[in-house]
Amino acid sequence: MSPLALFLTLIFVLIPLVLSKTLNLGLERDTIIATVRSITQLFAVGYILKFVFDSDGYLYILLMIALMIFAAVHNASKKGKAIPGILWKITVTIVVVELLTQAILLGFGIVPATAQYIIPISGMVVGNSMVLSILFLNRFTAELEANQNRTELILSLGGTPKQAVHTQLTDSIKASTIPTIESQKTMGLVQLPGMMSGQIIAGADPVQAVQFQLLILFLLLTTAVVSSILLGFLSYPSLFNERMQLIRQKND
Amino acid sequence: MTIYEPAIHFMDVRYSIDNKPIVGPITGSFPSGRITTLVGPSGAGKTTVLKLCNGLLSPDSGEILIDGQSATTFEPTDLRRKVGMALQDAPMVNGTVYDNLALPLRLQKKELPEPDAISWLEDVGLSGDYLHKKASELSGGQRQKVSIARTLINRSDILLMDEITSALDKASRREIESLITRINQKYGTTIIWITHNLEQAISIGDYTWVLISGELIETGDSHILEDPADERVRRFVKGELQ
Ligand SMILES: Nc1ncnc2c1ncn2[C@@H]1O[C@H](COP(=O)(O)OP(=O)(O)OP(=O)(O)O)[C@@H](O)[C@H]1O
Ligand SMILES: [Mg+2]
Repeated sequence: MSPLALFLTLIFVLIPLVLSKTLNLGLERDTIIATVRSITQLFAVGYILKFVFDSDGYLYILLMIALMIFAAVHNASKKGKAIPGILWKITVTIVVVELLTQAILLGFGIVPATAQYIIPISGMVVGNSMVLSILFLNRFTAELEANQNRTELILSLGGTPKQAVHTQLTDSIKASTIPTIESQKTMGLVQLPGMMSGQIIAGADPVQAVQFQLLILFLLLTTAVVSSILLGFLSYPSLFNERMQLIRQKND
Repeated sequence: MTIYEPAIHFMDVRYSIDNKPIVGPITGSFPSGRITTLVGPSGAGKTTVLKLCNGLLSPDSGEILIDGQSATTFEPTDLRRKVGMALQDAPMVNGTVYDNLALPLRLQKKELPEPDAISWLEDVGLSGDYLHKKASELSGGQRQKVSIARTLINRSDILLMDEITSALDKASRREIESLITRINQKYGTTIIWITHNLEQAISIGDYTWVLISGELIETGDSHILEDPADERVRRFVKGELQ
C-alpha cells in the first residue's frame, strides 16, 4: 500500500466524524481517540514484530507473549471484581490455555516453531481467552446475584458449595461458549473471517487461507471451552469461606 | 417454672455486617424437645438468629452450643442436616415439585422414591397430583408447603421454621401447625418457629424469644406475650412498634 493510499483511508474516519457532528451524536471525541490509539498501537506492534522476526530469538517471542497475556489479564480482571483473587485466576486460565494450545500445535508439528506462526496464533488465543473470561465472569456474577436464594437453599439443606453453585456455573459456562460455537456455523456464509480476508488480500492462495482459518477456528473452540471451564472451577471456591458460607459480596 | 435442657445455647453471641451490629449480644437457650416461637418486629434479626443456629452464618464473637457442643466442631454439611431450616421466602430450584422434594437426598447422591414423595406432599396438605407440576407454577402458599416438606425430609433433630405459614389460609395453617406439633411430640424434635402472628406464637409455642433491634429482650413461657413485663415488648405486642 502506498503512503498516499494509507493516508486516504482516513476518509473512512472523516465520514463518521462529519455525521456525528451534524446529527449531534457526540461520538467525535471517542472516534478520534480510537483512531489515534489504533494507529499508534498497530504501528508499534508492527515494528516490534518486525524486530522480533528479524532477530529470531525465542527470548523475544516469550517476551511478546508475556506482554500479550499481561494486557489481556489487566483487561479481563476489570470484570468479576466481586470474586476474590480474580487477577491470578484469569492469569492461570490464559497461561494454561496458551500453553495447552501451543503444546499441541508445536508438539504435533501442526505449525512450524517460528515467530511468524507462534506470535499471531498466540495473539488470537490470548485475545479470545480474554474475551471468554469476560463473558464468563459477566454471566457468572449475574447468575450468582439472581440466584442467591437458591445457593442458600442448597447450603441450608446440607449441600456443598460446589452443589450450591453448580447450576449457575454450568449455565454460565454454556452461555459464554455458545457464541463461539454458533458463529462457526455461519462462518464463510455471512462474512469471511478477518484473518482469511487479510491473507487473501495480501495475495495468498484462498484454499491455503481457508486451511489456516480452519486451524484457527478449531483452536478457538478449545480456547473458548477450556477458558470458561477453567476460570469457572477456579472462581467458585473463593465465593465461600471454610465454614461453607457464602462470602458477602461488596456492592461496588 | 420448668427447667429445660437446651438444644441450642447462645453465649454472648454477636453478628454484624460491615461493622454494623445486626444482632447481639445474645445469651439464651432454645429448650430441647420443645417448640420455641421467635417473635419481634420486621428487621429485628430473627432470620439472622436462625441462620446462626444452622451455620449459614457464624457469629463475630461469642459461642453457639448445639446439644452442648460448639457449633464450630460440626462439619458444616452435618450441622445443616442436624439443624434443618425452612427459609422465609421458600425458594425453589428449577424443575418439578418432585425435583424439589428429592433435593435434600440428591445432595447426598440418594434418590427419593415417588410414593414417599407423595406421602410427604399429603402430610403438608397437597395432593399427589402436584408431584410433577413445575415448581415455578406454584402459588405462594403451595410453595411454602413444598418447602416445609422438603425441610422435613432430612429428618433433622432441630427444625428452624422461618415464617412458614405466612402465605397460608387459616385451614392450611392449622394443618401445618398440627403436623409440626405431631413431629415435635412423636420424635421429640426441637422446633424454633419464627412468626409474625402473636396468637400463633402463644398457641403453638411452649417457649418464646422476643427479639427487638437485635437484642433478646425477653424469654420464657409463651404466655409472657399475654402480659409482657418489658415496656418495649408491651408496645410490640400492642402493635405500636414497627
Ligand atoms: N445481606 C444483608 N446486608 C445488609 N443488611 C442485612 C443483610 N441481611 C440482613 N440485614 C439486616 O439485618 C437486620 C436483620 O435482618 P433479619 O432478616 O434477620 O430480620 P428479621 O427479623 O428476620 O426480619 P423480617 O421479619 O422482616 O423477616 C435487618 O435490619 C436487615 O436490614
Ligand atoms: Mg426474617
